[in-house]
Amino acid sequence: MSTIETIVSSLFEGFAYNTKLFILTLIIALPLGLLITLGTMTKITPIRWFMKTFVWIIRGTPLMLQLIVVFYAPGLFFNTPMRDRFVAAAIAFVINYAAYFSEIYRGGIESISIGQYEAGQVLGMTKVQVFFKVILFQVIKRIVPPMGNEIITLVKDTSLANVIGVAEIIMSAERFTKQGLISPLFATGLYFLIFVGALTLLLNYVEKRFNYYRG
Amino acid sequence: MKILEVHDIHKHFGKTRVLEGVGFSMEEGEVLSILGSSGSGKTTLLRCINFLEKADEGKILVDGNVVFDASDKAKMTTLQIRKAQLNFGMVFQSFNLFPQYNVLENVTLAPKLLAKERPDWKTNKKHITEQIIEDAKKILERVGLSDKLESYPCQLSGGQQQRVSIARALALKPKILFFDEPTSALDPELTGEILKVIKSLAKEHITMVIVTHEIGFAKNVSDRIIFMDNGVIAEEGTPDEVINHPKNERTKAFLNLIGQKE
Repeated sequence: MSTIETIVSSLFEGFAYNTKLFILTLIIALPLGLLITLGTMTKITPIRWFMKTFVWIIRGTPLMLQLIVVFYAPGLFFNTPMRDRFVAAAIAFVINYAAYFSEIYRGGIESISIGQYEAGQVLGMTKVQVFFKVILFQVIKRIVPPMGNEIITLVKDTSLANVIGVAEIIMSAERFTKQGLISPLFATGLYFLIFVGALTLLLNYVEKRFNYYRG
Repeated sequence: MKILEVHDIHKHFGKTRVLEGVGFSMEEGEVLSILGSSGSGKTTLLRCINFLEKADEGKILVDGNVVFDASDKAKMTTLQIRKAQLNFGMVFQSFNLFPQYNVLENVTLAPKLLAKERPDWKTNKKHITEQIIEDAKKILERVGLSDKLESYPCQLSGGQQQRVSIARALALKPKILFFDEPTSALDPELTGEILKVIKSLAKEHITMVIVTHEIGFAKNVSDRIIFMDNGVIAEEGTPDEVINHPKNERTKAFLNLIGQKE
């Protein structure tokens, strides 16, 4: 029989994967999403359609399918099997979340009144200056709530990596369940709750920081 | 020399012809008001001069230099447009202040960014920045907002916001200041403070073009008035000529209508 210590430490090891995947996805998908947004909003029609189709495919298919495809496709098509399951998971997550983030950014950018751009323009600012000095900050304020939603979903989605054999927390817990212990499985819920709870506090704090102005 | 010459501006949106050959010119220090009913093209005219819209035909000169020529096939670079644009200041109907910046920052943002393009910026950073802040404070004093430097736009009344936006435009020392219905978004009791500021600017001989519905004010502050109707200038002259003795039937009808409202 496993002791509580071995269970807890095994769950922690599993959760380390979830956390790593979560942080890695955020760090890469947040800026990448902005690039995709620029692609879906560009005046260059072929690029716009390409990016819109890309976003449609990524948002239109299950993340679980994408994980499996990213893991197996290199081996099946190019005869170079993915060696690292975690890397495959990270790639799939980054692509998937960047697509979702890009739509949130787009919504935020399009919600800013044209008058803000025009005011910047008549003040002699370049387009880049208008975007970074005037628009972006307002966009960030507006997208904090929907971003928060998406980020909380990401925490829980990280467990999907287990479909390609990443030893994340639920997989760790299941090992004990197979020995007849159900409690570790419930304990995983606690890990997520605590993580999401801390994240919620952080997001509330960020939201408050933007409250100094309205508009 | 004329400070501004606008020649034969045409502009259409889809099938709607908004401007059908509008031209006028201004002397330095002159105040010109543009009147006309909604849809007569006054705002579009302002936006075409300001490069917020691109005119289909026409030519614009500042101090005798061509800043826009629709017949010129060579496309203007964004740098050229920016340079030309800096001749003009613009005050919008809906203020368009930057909500995340306080009053002082709203006024200093653009001058600070422009200062970075100066050759002596790197060596003289601190001094230039101090000068910009100093100047901004002076301008805000002129519009009566010295006690609001740290306030955010959302904490100000509409009239105060519009005064910030006037200060913001003045901070770049434009040759000509344009107002697009500066009081239309304001409660009637707040329009007075804006009109007072504009009047004080007129006394300082700042060249201004004002699109407005305030007939009384236009009469009072302008050296010249243009009445627009259906994309053309229907009548032009001194306030006395256009408002007290209109010749054009449309001008008469418009003034009657406004008169009845008042």
